[in-house]
Amino acid sequence: MILLLSVFEQGLIYAIMALGVYITYKILDFPDLTVDGSFPMGAAITAVLISKDLNPLITLPISFIVGAFIGMLTGVIHVKLRVRDLLSGIIMMTALYTVNLRIAGRANLPIYNKQNIFDNDFVNSIFPQTLANFKTFILIFIITMITKYILDWYLHTKSGYLLRAVGDNDSIVTSLGIDKGFVKIVGLSIANGLVALSGCLFAQQQRYYDASFGTGTVVIGLASVIIGTSLFKKITLLRVTSSVVIGSLIYKGCVALAIRMGLQSTDLKLVTAVLFLLILVAGMDRKKKVKTDARA
Amino acid sequence: MLELKNIDKYYNPGSVNELCLFKEFNLTIEKGQFVAVVGSNGSGKTSLLNIICGSIDVDQGNIIVNGTDITGKKDYLRHRKIGRVYQDPSKGTCPGMTILENLSIADNKGKAYGLTAGVKKSRIAHYKKLLAQLNLGLEDKLYTKVGALSGGQRQAVSLLMATMTPIDFLILDEHTAALDPKTAEIIMELTDKIVQEKKVTTIMVTHNLRYAVEYGNRLIMMHEGKAILDKTDAEKEDINVDEIMKIFNQISVECGN
Repeated sequence: MILLLSVFEQGLIYAIMALGVYITYKILDFPDLTVDGSFPMGAAITAVLISKDLNPLITLPISFIVGAFIGMLTGVIHVKLRVRDLLSGIIMMTALYTVNLRIAGRANLPIYNKQNIFDNDFVNSIFPQTLANFKTFILIFIITMITKYILDWYLHTKSGYLLRAVGDNDSIVTSLGIDKGFVKIVGLSIANGLVALSGCLFAQQQRYYDASFGTGTVVIGLASVIIGTSLFKKITLLRVTSSVVIGSLIYKGCVALAIRMGLQSTDLKLVTAVLFLLILVAGMDRKKKVKTDARA
Repeated sequence: MLELKNIDKYYNPGSVNELCLFKEFNLTIEKGQFVAVVGSNGSGKTSLLNIICGSIDVDQGNIIVNGTDITGKKDYLRHRKIGRVYQDPSKGTCPGMTILENLSIADNKGKAYGLTAGVKKSRIAHYKKLLAQLNLGLEDKLYTKVGALSGGQRQAVSLLMATMTPIDFLILDEHTAALDPKTAEIIMELTDKIVQEKKVTTIMVTHNLRYAVEYGNRLIMMHEGKAILDKTDAEKEDINVDEIMKIFNQISVECGN
């Protein structure tokens, strides 16, 4: 039960990150590795702010804004300095490793005995004793759903249409008299904002920050996006964002199952990678991507 | 009015592959003209369009629109007053978005793309009317993704999108070349209708000599970066396809094609 709950909690937290990856990978067609740095950055900032006894609620907007700034930097490196998409992400990811260590001050920062958004006086007072075990899950569910609906709304605004257009066919954006580079930068900002927000929630759920949080984040995100979009391709009633959230839950479930079958928790990253490979091979998504990435 | 003054354009300057495309090239297009541009491959037709649209830079010379020099202006800024339809039907539309969404983003051209709803419900009737004019049955397919349409249908939508908002120039880059003859004919008639209606200055590059003779009120034949033939209004009326073909063959023979 506790294990299942933890799978759902983490699945939903990672779903927010996967929504960010969905923007870069599916909408912008930009394989953004910055994610491996912006996720732990959200976690690091949150851990530091919470350890300084700040109201945990403000860690959410702060993480999003800092993440968005990081995404903007990746965008500027790619668009203005004309560095390839993959390399821009690698540069940022590598740089952020050090930046995150600097922010946290060390590789591991525990916040066990501090209040966080899931465990504070207010939350504890409104949840009855019988629901105490579920309060983290319920709160994460609410936050993830709100995020998903805001993203749905955004993708149907004029600005959101431009974002979808730039990934679909960027010459049309130029034809509309809009700088396509600017639209890409906006997309990368929103994406990395979501990723950092996800990292922020993760640090509060885990109650510590660790420098290794980031490794493999992009793989988890991509796997969730690919599971979600290829499994639910036929169901048009379901919005793509919802399929990505479900994809993330399925993926976390698979990883948890693999660990349950006798693998060590230190095998986690290997399991993550192998599962991702299996998903890529099973889904037909790789064909198109291999071609475009080889060209990029 | 569009003026190209003393344009120089080199490809691969300074290398063994250096190619001089334009050398002191001059061209003036009056407001309201419908210019058909023909010429063999490599004659500079598409480069001419790219220079006007800012997709490629010039090495020398000035591009002047209505008296303002736009030579250094970024391509996307120039496009605010230019509508462009490409040879490739997939380049003028977003395949992953519906017809309604495509028309909506095109309809908003020139205004801010902010956080208001992408589709204006009150405009849907107007879009349906525009689509109905095409006679392709697209008015009932507003919620179909453009990627699911045929090349001709897409090109018709591209043409609508390019001309929805007020523009100074319509640029047509071999926009019927990828279509079958019948569809090409429909698109060409549609183009003529829109150009007449909007009275927009139009530059059309085409490989179809018949279209060049039949449509528009000015015909330019390009060869090695020069306009070797330039007939307007009454002069153009006198030209027939055979004559153009003869000149076209002559220059091709000279090049050894």
